[in-house]
Amino acid sequence: MIKKNYDLIVIGGGPAGLAAALSAYDNGVTDILILEREESAGGILKQCIHNGFGLTRFKESMTGPEYAARFIDEVQKRNIFIATGTTALSLTADKAVTAISAEEGVFTVTGKAVVLAMGCRERSKGALNIPGTRPAGIFSAGTAQKFVNIKGYLPGKEVVILGSGDIGLIMARRMTLEGAKVHAVCEIMPYSSGLKRNIVQCLDDFGIPLYLNHTITKIEGKERVTGVVISRVDENKKPVPGTEKHICCDTVLFSVGLIPENELSKKAGVEISPRTKGAVVYQSRETSVPGIFACGNVLQVHDLVDFVSEESELAGKCAAELIRNGAREKRSVNVLNGEHISYVCPQRLDLNREERVKLFFRVGNTFSDCKIVVESGGVRLIEKKKKIAVPGEMETVSLSKETLARIKGDVTVRLEV
Amino acid sequence: MKYRLICIECPMGCAIEAEKEGDTVVSVAGNSCPRGKLYAENEVICPMRVVTSTVRATDGRMLPVKTNKPVKKSEIFSVMKKINAQKVTPPVRIGEVICRDISDGADLVAAGELL
Repeated sequence: MIKKNYDLIVIGGGPAGLAAALSAYDNGVTDILILEREESAGGILKQCIHNGFGLTRFKESMTGPEYAARFIDEVQKRNIFIATGTTALSLTADKAVTAISAEEGVFTVTGKAVVLAMGCRERSKGALNIPGTRPAGIFSAGTAQKFVNIKGYLPGKEVVILGSGDIGLIMARRMTLEGAKVHAVCEIMPYSSGLKRNIVQCLDDFGIPLYLNHTITKIEGKERVTGVVISRVDENKKPVPGTEKHICCDTVLFSVGLIPENELSKKAGVEISPRTKGAVVYQSRETSVPGIFACGNVLQVHDLVDFVSEESELAGKCAAELIRNGAREKRSVNVLNGEHISYVCPQRLDLNREERVKLFFRVGNTFSDCKIVVESGGVRLIEKKKKIAVPGEMETVSLSKETLARIKGDVTVRLEV
Repeated sequence: MKYRLICIECPMGCAIEAEKEGDTVVSVAGNSCPRGKLYAENEVICPMRVVTSTVRATDGRMLPVKTNKPVKKSEIFSVMKKINAQKVTPPVRIGEVICRDISDGADLVAAGELL
């Protein structure tokens, strides 16, 4: 039975929501409701059956379901209620969540604080403007992953993958293991957005070619995909005539980026960053709407679930503080992305908070022998040399209590090359 | 002989150079941790991989499985064949052995649960 009021409502029962709820609980707030639209908690980890999760956090290599189970067990030990099969429909700035489930129908619950942990979704083929008809056999990589790993069906035998994000790479290996032939992975950029280790263990191990600076320019087939044309692109990402190459295939997978799922956040009036497509937050992960926090992939698309857990624990802890002690006055400065930086999160710092702050950011291109510089009011706060920086790998710098004390105005993160 | 490798032990993906004389690894450079050294030593002699996949349960659901230690890379497809011949009956808990000694002493274990 769901109550009308909770101290904390967490929207989403994936890795972010689970970690935020646990952390809030362990920081003294025990009246928590987690809303999860699927039939069980765990989020995207349920279909990520490959290993490599948890290396940072648990110092061992786990599969997605194993990693999720650690958190689900802890949530169950604390009797935190997860309302599964329950979809949040709307959210207001007063922290009222309207949701729907088969048992409860449509209902509204109000929290003293809300943690947004809805995760992200895949960019679709429609967003890419690839000409052609609409034959069967076109999937996003994550959908194909669900078919193979959860439903146990192989969605195709002869495969071409567009986009070299991690899910695309993982699916190249997965489909190969299950007997499909992956003919090519095409990447429009001159570099892969996936982890280097995944290029090695998912493509190189199986002799799957990666075509950088290439895209699909045509999808053929009436009922079912029968082939694609791939072309090289120039520096403006325009296909170069004469470089077309035909590949016969019955399946095309798209792994072309993830978009934080912020429909609910927008309804509540939460300010969204055009760069991350997630909320603009303080280091506590509180958004522009007091008492609403955001963490995990709904805030910024992370490379590793370990970092999602870490960020979400911070959000849960800070939400618990707010619930227990009430709101504190903020002394706010902006964190700006300078040269060669595509985004920084958090975008704001509350200088009344003293604990160490980790800034997460991504660079805009591939750079070698560069220097990360953090400055404020013309003063260099931090310099950190980097041998290699690539957009596919999130970078971090830490601001200590002493460094925070030296901040005079807006903070800029930039890359010296 | 010299080998240039990317370490796959963790997301850092260190670029490692390893040198082999005969069947002996004589030098490893570029790794940031002991796991990287071990990876490079194995990789130039006999590459090893953990295999993860799924097994269908009697009720139709899929159980995530993995080898509990790395198996020879050259054996991956024969391991996959054995995995796809498995059948499990729920309930299955994480860590339960699904197939003992699936390859060179590695067991196939449940990497998820079906209740």
